[in-house]
Parts: sequence; C-alpha cells; structure tokens
Amino acid sequence: MELIDIIRPENQVFCKTKLMTDIPLSYCPGCGHGTAHNIVMEVIDEMGIVEDTIGVAPVGCSVLAYDFMNIDITQAAHGRAPAVATAISRIWPEKYVFTYQGDGDLAAIGTGETIHACNRGENIVIVFVNNGIYGMTGGQMAPTTLPNMPSSTSPYGRDTTTMGFPLKMTELVANLPGVYFVSRQSVHTHKHARKAKKAIEKAFENTRLKKGLSFVEIVSNCNSGWKMTPIESNIWMEENMFPYFPLGDIKVDGILK
Amino acid sequence: MSELKLMKGNEALAEALIRVGADAYFGYPITPQSEVIEYLMTERPELRTGMVVLQAESEIAAINMVYGAASTGKKVLTSSSSPGISLKLEGISYLAGAELPAVIVNVVRGGPGLGTIQPSQADYFQSVKGGGHGDYKLYVLAPASVQEMADFVEDAFDIAFKYRAPVLILSDGVIGQMMEKVYLKEQVPRLTNEELIEKYGSWAVTGKTKGRERNIITSLDLQSEKMEARVRHLMKKYEQMEQEDMRYEKIQCDDAEYLIVAYGSSARISQKTVELARKKGIKVGLLRPITLFPYPKKPLMDLTPQLKGILSVELNAGQMIEDVQLSVEFKVPVAHFGRTGGVIHTPEEILEALQQKINNTWN
Ligand SMILES: Cc1ncc(C[n+]2csc(CCOP(=O)(O)OP(=O)(O)O)c2C)c(N)n1
Ligand code: SF4
Repeated sequence: MELIDIIRPENQVFCKTKLMTDIPLSYCPGCGHGTAHNIVMEVIDEMGIVEDTIGVAPVGCSVLAYDFMNIDITQAAHGRAPAVATAISRIWPEKYVFTYQGDGDLAAIGTGETIHACNRGENIVIVFVNNGIYGMTGGQMAPTTLPNMPSSTSPYGRDTTTMGFPLKMTELVANLPGVYFVSRQSVHTHKHARKAKKAIEKAFENTRLKKGLSFVEIVSNCNSGWKMTPIESNIWMEENMFPYFPLGDIKVDGILK
Repeated sequence: MSELKLMKGNEALAEALIRVGADAYFGYPITPQSEVIEYLMTERPELRTGMVVLQAESEIAAINMVYGAASTGKKVLTSSSSPGISLKLEGISYLAGAELPAVIVNVVRGGPGLGTIQPSQADYFQSVKGGGHGDYKLYVLAPASVQEMADFVEDAFDIAFKYRAPVLILSDGVIGQMMEKVYLKEQVPRLTNEELIEKYGSWAVTGKTKGRERNIITSLDLQSEKMEARVRHLMKKYEQMEQEDMRYEKIQCDDAEYLIVAYGSSARISQKTVELARKKGIKVGLLRPITLFPYPKKPLMDLTPQLKGILSVELNAGQMIEDVQLSVEFKVPVAHFGRTGGVIHTPEEILEALQQKINNTWN
C-alpha cells in the first residue's frame, strides 16, 4: 500500500476538532483549558447543533474562547455569564445556550448570578473549569484554592482561619431544585477526558429535552499559576485537588447521588 | 388600537414598551420606578406579544441579562433608579464597548448613597459624563411629561439600533410618579426570529448558520492600537449623533433677554416661571434640552447675542450648569438655581432667584 492510500480521510483515526478554529491557542502548554474547549466543541459538532448554539465566554484565561470556538459567542463581564445566558435562553428557548467559566468568574465575583440562574432552573449548560487559582491575572487566590496552597495573594499558603475554606460551588448548586444534572470531571488523561465528554453530552441533551440547568465542573490544572511543570501539576492535582473535589456524578436526572 | 389614557409616567413607559414590540424587560425593584416591573408583571406581555419579563436578583444581573438579549439582536430594556444605575454601570460600559443596542431607564432619586426616594436630577454627571469606565458616551433622552415617557421608548430604540449603542432615558421621580393623560400608539408586532436574522444577522449571535462566519460580541482588544481604533470608531458614532440626532425645545426665546435652561421636571416647572415672569414684563425664555447628550450647544450659542444672563435650573447642586457655560463659551453670565436632596423647587422660587440675579449681577 502506498502512503497516499493510507492518508485518505476514511483511514483517519484522529483529527483536529472540526469546530475549533485554526487560531493557535493562547493557553500555556499543558493547561487543561484547550482539552476542555475541544470536548465541548466535539459534543456540539457530533450533536449537529452548531446552528442552534450560542456560547457565553467569561473573563479569565478563557475570555478568548471566542477566538478558538468556531461558533456564535458573546463575551460577558466578569462573573455575569449565567445572567447573560439566562436572557438568551429565555428569548430563544429553542437554542442551546452554554457558559464556560473559571472558578474566580463563577464562584467568586459571579456567585450571585450562578446561584440564581441555577435556582431558577434556567435551561442552560454551565461548564465550570476549576483550577483552584486565578490564572489570567497571574495566580492569585481563588475561592477554590486549597488549604495551605500558596498563591500570589496567599504567599504563605491559604490560611483557612482568615481566608476561609475552598468553596464547593458544585455541591452547593446540586442542592437547588432547579438544577437537573451535576457532574464533576477532569480532562488530564484520555480516560478522564472521555468521561468528561460524556457528562457534557448529557448536559446538552438535557437542554434539548428542556430539563433545566446542567452543571459540569472540570477540575483542571494551572501549571503556570501553580508554578509547576505540566506533569507535576497533573500529579499534584490528582493528589491534592481530587480528594477535596472528588470526581463523579453528583446529581443525575434531578436526583442527588 | 391606539388609546387615550390617564396613567403614571412609569406605567406609560411600561405600556409603551409592550406596544413598540419589545422582546424583553429585565429589572430589579427600587423606588420610585417599581411600577414599571409591577405593571409589566400584571399585564402579562408574554400573553399579549410573547415579550419576556423577568425580575432579576440584582441590578447587576439585570443589566447583564440586557447584554445577553441585546447580543442576539433582540429589543430589550431595563429600568432602575439612582443606586441601581450605579450598580449597572459596568454593564452599561460593556454594552457601549461591545456596540449593543439597548435602552436603560433611570427614574432618578436624591443621592448620594441611599439618599432619598424623592425626585432629583442629581445623576446628570453620571449620565452624560460617562459614569462607567472608559471612553464612551450614552445617548441621553430627558422626558418632561408622561406622554414623553411613552414616546421616548420608541425613539430610544430607534437610536439604539441606528447606532448599535446603549441609550439612556433620564427621567426622575416627578415624571415617573405623576399622572397625566397619555396617547398610546397601537401595538407594533415583535420581529420574528427570521426577520431579526435578516436585519441583524451580520452581527447578532443567533447560532452560526451555514454560509456565514461566526459572530462574536466582545468589548475586548488586547492590542492597544486595535483598542484605539475601536474607541475612534465609537467617537465617530457620537459625532454623527451630534450632527443628526440632537434635540431641544425653545419656548418664548425670540425676544428673550434672559434664559432659563432646564430639562425634565425642572423644565416643566420653569415653564410656569416663564409665564409668571412675562406677566411682570421680564423678557425670559426657556430652552429645554431634550437630549442631554448630544447637548444643544449650538442653539444655546446662537442665542448669546441677545442674552444678558442664563439661569440653569436643575434639581441638584449644580451639574448641567457646566455644559451651559461650555456651550456659550462663558460669553454670557450663567448661574445655577436648584433645590436638591429630593426637595422640588416652585415656579415662584425660580422667579425669585432669577429676579435677584437680574437686579444684583446681570444689570
Ligand atoms: C470586575 C472585574 N474584576 C476583576 C477583573 C480581573 N480579573 C480578570 S480574570 C480574573 C480571575 C480569573 O480567574 P478564573 O475565573 O479562575 O479563570 P482562569 O483564568 O483561572 O481560567 C480577574 C480577577 C476583571 N476583569 N473584572
Ligand atoms: S495561566 Fe493557568 S489557566 Fe491560564 S492558560 Fe496558563 S495554565 Fe491555563
């Protein structure tokens, strides 16, 4: 067989996600944001819903999601994506509306918008990338920063007596009746990424069935903010983040697990 | 069907909003404008036209809901009063930066702080000098009657979509709360989604359909040269507004030697002052800016050769007076008169202030 026969499209086993643009990702090498973007775009592509999908980008490292995701996107003010998505979904009830937000965006400045969109049971998908730190602004403490974890604004580690405990926003919203599906996943290995994709698929499927709010947290790394190599950061994440933020489904079909 | 009704300003605005075929209202209660959302919730516009009405958890959420709806090309309005507008300012700046059409209503009360629930015009600076961050302006309409509360809804949307820019209706507790007869226009049907995509599909985020590039709504440009170009583009719009859409009203100005400049409720009160003064033989006229940005600079300047003094009458401690002074380039003496903190001046008080100026300084 000649090479030209081998590289035919029908023989291809892996290719660039169709709904990602050709613009080079601005994320640090090793960062989980890129994989999280890919998964969301794969789901939208495979479900054939791009024409009916409207994304809401946050303020954070993924503010530029609109450069990479080849879909219609509006970029919200810091923390306000759930309010922006609420309005879009209310006026375009037949559309798939999702937000993509970091932990500072969703669990600090946007706590109010998150809780109230969840409590109203808006028919939207929230993708929550929790990397335990403020990546974009240079590694400051986030509401999800672990106890004793250093950051540029907790240089001696997060002291829970003065800085509070890491906020488990996902468990919090799971308790609200308007929320239909809650899952916590990660994307640092193929196996984990496949599971995360399944959760996101389920979330968009829930939108199609008008089931209300679906919330998928992706526990991720910020190797730059954590001041580690990508591999170190993934090991650190497994050893430290996962015990505090355990992976798995938390609420399925409106029922807490 | 068109109708003549007796209504509060806030209610007239809410009814007009349904009738212009608006798609959505988002708001949070605050005196003296809660009637807007109360009226809408009672009227059930979702049954009349399909319009969405939602009580948000805060003014911040409400303005960001407006941002979301406007991103998709829908006709959307939010209303609030002074402290609530302060909370909305980040969102308003985003609307201007992202070039989104939307209407914001401020039924002003006295401040600063929690202030008072009584009427005021103390948000003039906030409305016309920025308020939120960055290089932007709002097109600002100042209604002076219940009729204008209704009519300006349509005018505001026309401007918002003409320029793809946020528009502010700057009312106050007097105009919002008082009852007058109002002529309501007949119902305009809402745009269908197909009609909307036809009109605004080149920019609105409605889902990336085949054959077009993705649409992106953002106010971000990390490269400073690109951001500068974006600001220059905004400034061009504001220049065009000045040339094409500045509005004002002149009352008895032809032979006037003295001029009162006043907008909104102060203009209504000052109209009586002009009447009283004329009876006493004082030749005074009234110039009422209808748009506070663009400000009627030229009409004011054109009057300067005949004027001996100008009184800027405002329900605040002296804010618009700065624009009057700049408009006439200090060629005519300008003084301020106004009660503040929620106190409303009477026509007689204004006349007294005018006479004092005439007798003591302007002669
Ligand atoms: C009103 C406002 N406050 C603060 C900021 C600065 N800021 C930008 S992104 C950010 C935090 C981002 O962290 P996160 O949401 O966790 O996202 P990440 O960058 O880690 O993906 C902050 C504080 C802002 N842009 N706007
Ligand atoms: S700073 Fe952190 S979150 Fe941002 S791109 Fe780099 S690794 Fe990712």
